[in-house]
Amino acid sequence: MKGALCLIAAILLGGSIFFWAAAGASRGWTKTRIPVKTVDAVTGLEGIQWQEKFVPGVDFLGAAVLGAGVLAGLSLLVPRKSKPQRNETES
Amino acid sequence: MKTKLAILALIGVTGIAFAAPQTFDFKDPKGINNAGFKLDAPLEAINGNASGVSGTVTFDPENPGATRGKIAVATGSLMLPNPMQRQHMLSDKWLDAGKFPEISFESKEFKNVKTAGDTTTADATGTFTLKGVSKELTVPVKLTYLKDKLGDRVPNQKGDLLVIRASFTIKRGDFNIMPGQYEDKVSDTIEIALSVAGASPK
Repeated sequence: MKGALCLIAAILLGGSIFFWAAAGASRGWTKTRIPVKTVDAVTGLEGIQWQEKFVPGVDFLGAAVLGAGVLAGLSLLVPRKSKPQRNETES
Repeated sequence: MKTKLAILALIGVTGIAFAAPQTFDFKDPKGINNAGFKLDAPLEAINGNASGVSGTVTFDPENPGATRGKIAVATGSLMLPNPMQRQHMLSDKWLDAGKFPEISFESKEFKNVKTAGDTTTADATGTFTLKGVSKELTVPVKLTYLKDKLGDRVPNQKGDLLVIRASFTIKRGDFNIMPGQYEDKVSDTIEIALSVAGASPK
């Protein structure tokens, strides 16, 4: 149980950092839409079309670190699996 | 022959002399018209734009200095990449979009008018209204008159286009938007860039 919690915490932390880095390592807040520039051929005006896209930001990273920390903390509360005691009289 | 030429010349001259100012409508069916805004605070940069542009401008190609009109942006059309940030921005604490649904600039006077070909640059003085507060501003504008180009943009429609570009800055504190508060995260200075095209169908 203790090991499983530590493993989940490590996967959560590592996976979130990897996802955040792979998505562009945005140092701003998490975005759920991004602006895409379009140019009108006649007027030459640059317009903005909003495209739905999830871009994790530092708040996402913070939540992942917090979640991993909580799991790691919980693992400290779980007692270690006690080793079976040898019966000295048997030997 | 000479008489015919003289009549044609006279028609041409009177045509120019009585060329009426045209009214351009800035409601854009293509959704290209937009006003971008940028706030660059020490801790955070906010970039967004608004697409709900409307308004009319009266423009005379023979006298660009007489240009007058009003461009408005629907406050509710202001967009940010982060939905929670947008919700805060439109709330009653910041822009109060429910109570003040429109941001507008109404031009009253053009100064320093310079025209080269189809393009006119000028300093437009007018009233900028944001969150119910109106202030007089002078904004550098660039107008491009595109004669008979409406058909290229909107099929089966004849007419002219007027493109307006303007970039200027305002202070949010001047417009009662949380004056003096959170300036490390939400800059007091707001950079605005307007890029709009209006149509005058014939």
